Amino acid sequence: MNVARMHAVRMDDHRLETIIGRLLQIGVLAAAATVLAGGVLYLVQNHSARVDYRSFVPGGPDLRTFSGIVLSAAHFQSSGLIQFGLLLLIATPVARVALAVVGFALERDRLYTVVSLIVLLILTFSLIHAR
Amino acid sequence: MTSLHFTGAVWILSVLAGFLGALTGLGGGVVVVPALTLALGVNIKYAIGASLVSVIATSSGAAAAYVREGFSNIRIGMFLEIATTLGAILGAFLAGRVGTHALAIVFGLVLIQAAIQSFIGNRGNDQPVASDALAGRLRLGSSYPVDGKPQEYGVRNIPAGFGMMFGAGALSGLLGIGSGAVKVIAMDRVMRIPFKVSTTTSNFMIGVTAAASAGIYLSRGFIDPRVAMPVMLGVLAGALLGAKVLVHAQVRTLRAVFAIVILALAIEMIVNGITGKV
Repeated sequence: MNVARMHAVRMDDHRLETIIGRLLQIGVLAAAATVLAGGVLYLVQNHSARVDYRSFVPGGPDLRTFSGIVLSAAHFQSSGLIQFGLLLLIATPVARVALAVVGFALERDRLYTVVSLIVLLILTFSLIHAR
Repeated sequence: MTSLHFTGAVWILSVLAGFLGALTGLGGGVVVVPALTLALGVNIKYAIGASLVSVIATSSGAAAAYVREGFSNIRIGMFLEIATTLGAILGAFLAGRVGTHALAIVFGLVLIQAAIQSFIGNRGNDQPVASDALAGRLRLGSSYPVDGKPQEYGVRNIPAGFGMMFGAGALSGLLGIGSGAVKVIAMDRVMRIPFKVSTTTSNFMIGVTAAASAGIYLSRGFIDPRVAMPVMLGVLAGALLGAKVLVHAQVRTLRAVFAIVILALAIEMIVNGITGKV
């Protein structure tokens, strides 16, 4: 048995959670910064526009699909930037589950690798709706 | 109203909602949705879309702090997330089918439940139990620090807890809230998990549950950038502030006041839903 290798992959629940928690925080900060940048841009360009959100009118594909949002953000559209920041935010818990899959695999915990994989599959299924 | 006024008003309301939500443990969503619909006339579908996003922000933002304390149990969380994410998908589908008036009425009923629970308070279960057979096979039991020493605890009644978590997920997906209160009841009362472990694990689960409805909300157009932007930034700021002062606050009086406010919001939501104003 290779002792050095065993040491390198040693992983316990608490260490796993600490790493995941830190990464989540960084993800939320990045998301909030992006949303803030888009928000400032939006207010600079539209500060005196009249707004009314009484009736529900779903926006176009540039606000509702991954490809539309990425394209709109790449063109520095304010609403695209905000939506892109929100996509980053939605990605943080998904990344959390994906990291747990890796972590449990490193712990050689078969049962919980499968459990976190199931959760990841369910999340993927739901996100496919906004392709 | 101009977009500058609207953004400012939504941001201030959201900071307040996030702050009160963190102090009382009910989360920002239960306050921000009625505040937006009743005070600013925002359509409830935009309000729950923005609220769902803010729920993810507070859950992921607070994760590092909770982990450091060593209370949360990632195995229990992950296992129960199978139930909450499936429930959330069902809830998000229903939210697209149900009309706005019905959504307002259901939201009001959930608020009444939250008000009652907030008024009674939850002294919590701190008497650890031994795991039953199924929990033993799933290795759900663990230990948590009590006065600096590790205290072992077990888990029971998994089928009932799992079912309740499915319901919590469905409510979260239907109304854009974290439904942390229901998750805590499922773990603490039903599954006999210590209160501290239940609340911190619930916080960890809320973000994953909400992410399961986010894709459906996005594709349906519930998440409008101009509404979600001030809500997300406001609730996050308020929640982080609330978590900082939580240690020093007189939570019991606050909870009672909060319960009355929520009850008033609940009645207004239901009345407006029935008369067709929301």
